[in-house]
Amino acid sequence: MNAVVLNRRSVLAGSGALIVSFSLRDALAQDQGAPAATPPPPPPPGSLKGAPYLDSWIRIDADGAITVFTGKAEIGQGFRTACQQIAAEELDVPFASLKLVTADTARTANEGYTSGSNSMKDSGTAVQHAAAQVRALLIAEAARRLALPADSLKTDNAAVMAPDGRRLGYGELVAGEMLHVQAQARSTLKDPAAYRVMGQSVPRVDIPAKVSGGAAYVQDMRLPGMLHARVVRPPGYGAELTACDTSAVEKMPGVVKIVRDGNFLAVVAAKEYQAVKAMQALSATAQWRETAKLPKQDNLPEMLTSLPARDEIIFQQSNPSAAAARTIEATYTRPYQAHGSIGPSCAVAQLAGDTMTVWSHTQGVYPDRQGIAEMLRVPPARVRVIHVEGSGCYGHNGADDAACDAALIARALPGVPVRVQWMREQEHAWEPFGPAMVTKMKASLDSNGAIVDWSFDVWSNTHSTRPGGAGSMLAAQHMAQPFAQPAPRPIPQPEGGGDRNAIPIYKFPNAKVVHHFIPEMPLRVSAMRGLGAYHNVFSMESFMDELAMLAGADPVEFRLKHLDDKRGRDAIEKAAREFGWQKGHKAPPDRGYGFAFARYKNLAAYCAIASEVEVNRQTGRPRLVRAVAAVDSGQVVNPDGLINQIEGAIVQSMSWTLYESVGFDDKRITSIDWQTYPILRFDAVPERVDVHVINRPGQPFLGSGETGQGPAAASIANAIADATGKRLRDLPLTRKRIKDAIDA
Amino acid sequence: MMKLNVNGSDRQVDADPDTPLLYVLRNDLELNAAKFGCGLGQCGSCTVIVDGKAVLSCVTPVVLLEGRKVTTLEGLGTIEAPAPIQRAFIEEQAAQCGYCIAGMMMRAQALLQRNSKPTEAEIRAELGLHLCRCGTHMRILRAVHRAAKLMQTADASPAERRTP
Repeated sequence: MNAVVLNRRSVLAGSGALIVSFSLRDALAQDQGAPAATPPPPPPPGSLKGAPYLDSWIRIDADGAITVFTGKAEIGQGFRTACQQIAAEELDVPFASLKLVTADTARTANEGYTSGSNSMKDSGTAVQHAAAQVRALLIAEAARRLALPADSLKTDNAAVMAPDGRRLGYGELVAGEMLHVQAQARSTLKDPAAYRVMGQSVPRVDIPAKVSGGAAYVQDMRLPGMLHARVVRPPGYGAELTACDTSAVEKMPGVVKIVRDGNFLAVVAAKEYQAVKAMQALSATAQWRETAKLPKQDNLPEMLTSLPARDEIIFQQSNPSAAAARTIEATYTRPYQAHGSIGPSCAVAQLAGDTMTVWSHTQGVYPDRQGIAEMLRVPPARVRVIHVEGSGCYGHNGADDAACDAALIARALPGVPVRVQWMREQEHAWEPFGPAMVTKMKASLDSNGAIVDWSFDVWSNTHSTRPGGAGSMLAAQHMAQPFAQPAPRPIPQPEGGGDRNAIPIYKFPNAKVVHHFIPEMPLRVSAMRGLGAYHNVFSMESFMDELAMLAGADPVEFRLKHLDDKRGRDAIEKAAREFGWQKGHKAPPDRGYGFAFARYKNLAAYCAIASEVEVNRQTGRPRLVRAVAAVDSGQVVNPDGLINQIEGAIVQSMSWTLYESVGFDDKRITSIDWQTYPILRFDAVPERVDVHVINRPGQPFLGSGETGQGPAAASIANAIADATGKRLRDLPLTRKRIKDAIDA
Repeated sequence: MMKLNVNGSDRQVDADPDTPLLYVLRNDLELNAAKFGCGLGQCGSCTVIVDGKAVLSCVTPVVLLEGRKVTTLEGLGTIEAPAPIQRAFIEEQAAQCGYCIAGMMMRAQALLQRNSKPTEAEIRAELGLHLCRCGTHMRILRAVHRAAKLMQTADASPAERRTP
């Protein structure tokens, strides 16, 4: 069957590598579409919409080997395992028997980015339905061969079973073009009550290699003849390379090549540490003209709100009969914050024949391919991007830039695999940061202590400068013939970017939400876990507590009073119950309790978190003692995987919330390592983090990667306010700010 | 040429003496576990054990290692026959991206070799330098406790076998 399918595909041979082009194949599929007269059928679910052929997702070989293809990537979130569970369940095959191929422009469907907590919704749903439909096709074929009605047949262990005991393996049944058919809009999915693999905490398939020194990351790749490269980045944004005497560096041991293209400067050496030393020497000899004029860090909020903005009312409703009695307002701020992946970005590239292959920990192999092809001025079909895991990314870090660096350097050394490893200082200085933000809120209570009027204004840059074109990547921006960075755009509602979760989930008679989108970007910014939801939920859920206090109400009760959403209420009640939350309870001295809730993007997973925080009144040092979360992510595929994600979200968000802020002076980023950008260490890790999962059998997958970031921040802030009696509204909630507030 | 003893084997290495051990392990000896995280001794991803002590291989010149015993995570066990520390991290599913984990495990291993029953506070203090960005800390702590228990069981097992 393999051969047949491959013949139908557009095959591009490049130095022995077989490259199957998806885009060409999809174009072919469109040519064979249905006649125009018939109304279009409803689209199939999830990512099947964009890649409807079943054999784009599942391939069964004659020997019974089954391969599942997903365009999403494992980025430490456990998707690989969960996706394999879904496929095994709906195909009725043993979990371990499946092979899973992830994001690769030559092999998998274009599913865009692995981001937005969308992998389960997009790809998990596609694989679930594709698997169910493949199983139905196999049953139909078995019914034909056995001359039995399909509904008399069952599947188990990769075979179709007849009542009389006859058994036909999937490999025997599949033939020719059987799976090269378009997915139907509806599938007969298994009854969740019959699940055997989904819903189980199957151990992660990637962990054994990671704890035993297996080749688990792109950093671990070693191709025959591979050389090591390092890039010399400019000292700051926009700096121009005015002089660089490379003659001495060229003579250094192991140095093979210096690649200079405008302001892009890199060195390639035989051994990795030779490349590091050559990079240092090159950096010392390079002269730059610095042009950056960065804003003053100490009045970021004023700077941001004074920049030109495009204002859009994204939500408004009014009910003039509701009468306001008391009104309060507040401003909340967030600094620039870094993804800070523990492993700096890395990529391997090789120009073989006329095809550039790049191995990258990018979140989007197809967008990267487009950007790299544009930079190299070749058709996208001449570039293949293969995802290989890197260190956890939490959004748009240096991965795509490193991929582009590697491609540009490898072009100068045809045939030779080149590995580019960013240094720690480069990752910290050049990654696109989570944008600084400002929110201004104003709300009124009526005489019964209910919110009758709500106004929410958020100022933010875009939360995505991800590639699509070359201009998003550093190397392409730095070339002699540079590519211009595309004009930033807001991410539209209902998902939103800077305005993600800016619209209240609570029911208020009067409400107005304005997104002030700021095109000008003083610092390089892009997507960081949760995008605007982190700050908007921090702001909104802190302000809800301010209003609850004004109303003299319990924070949990106050939230429930304004919330109709049943699943949201369940999550709040579950977290409160498991925490032992009691109306009017008082924490021990110097401790405080805090609560927060959000539904991510107002359309994905629900998450409620209760926290207990201790504050040292002498030093101001805050410590999260324990956190209890309840999460509803729809149908649960891997409970422990979901718990791991939420635990991680709480602990990471705590680090952002208490410690983190990108530093810069008027020219350069100054937070360039872990001393200058401190994050959470073990001495401040909570005593307990408990995550309670609310399973919703048969309901859509809602994803979970980002749902905890905002609620964790607000829950901690509310607990600090409870402990100290002081409300802190500027992130991060450092010990100095807490101490100053206590002393004020 | 320098002679190193890595994971119980003597190895000849052709590297400049000032090369940090990390690059020699990863490239010359093709051992993946020790990771480049910062190259500054700030994060712990590169941790290996030298003569029983946890060492940051990214800031340790290879010339200092001649005549000493270097152990990397690969030297503790394999997927097929995992060491107690590896079993513990798998059983606790103590990884998200996992990039920092090998370094954490080596630091914990060195601790457990000299203190078989560390307290929670001792484990936290020992891991104080190590950074994890995914927020896997709770599981890492649980895994170290579990490893301590597994090691005691492993130590006890020969005696148990002798019991009729």
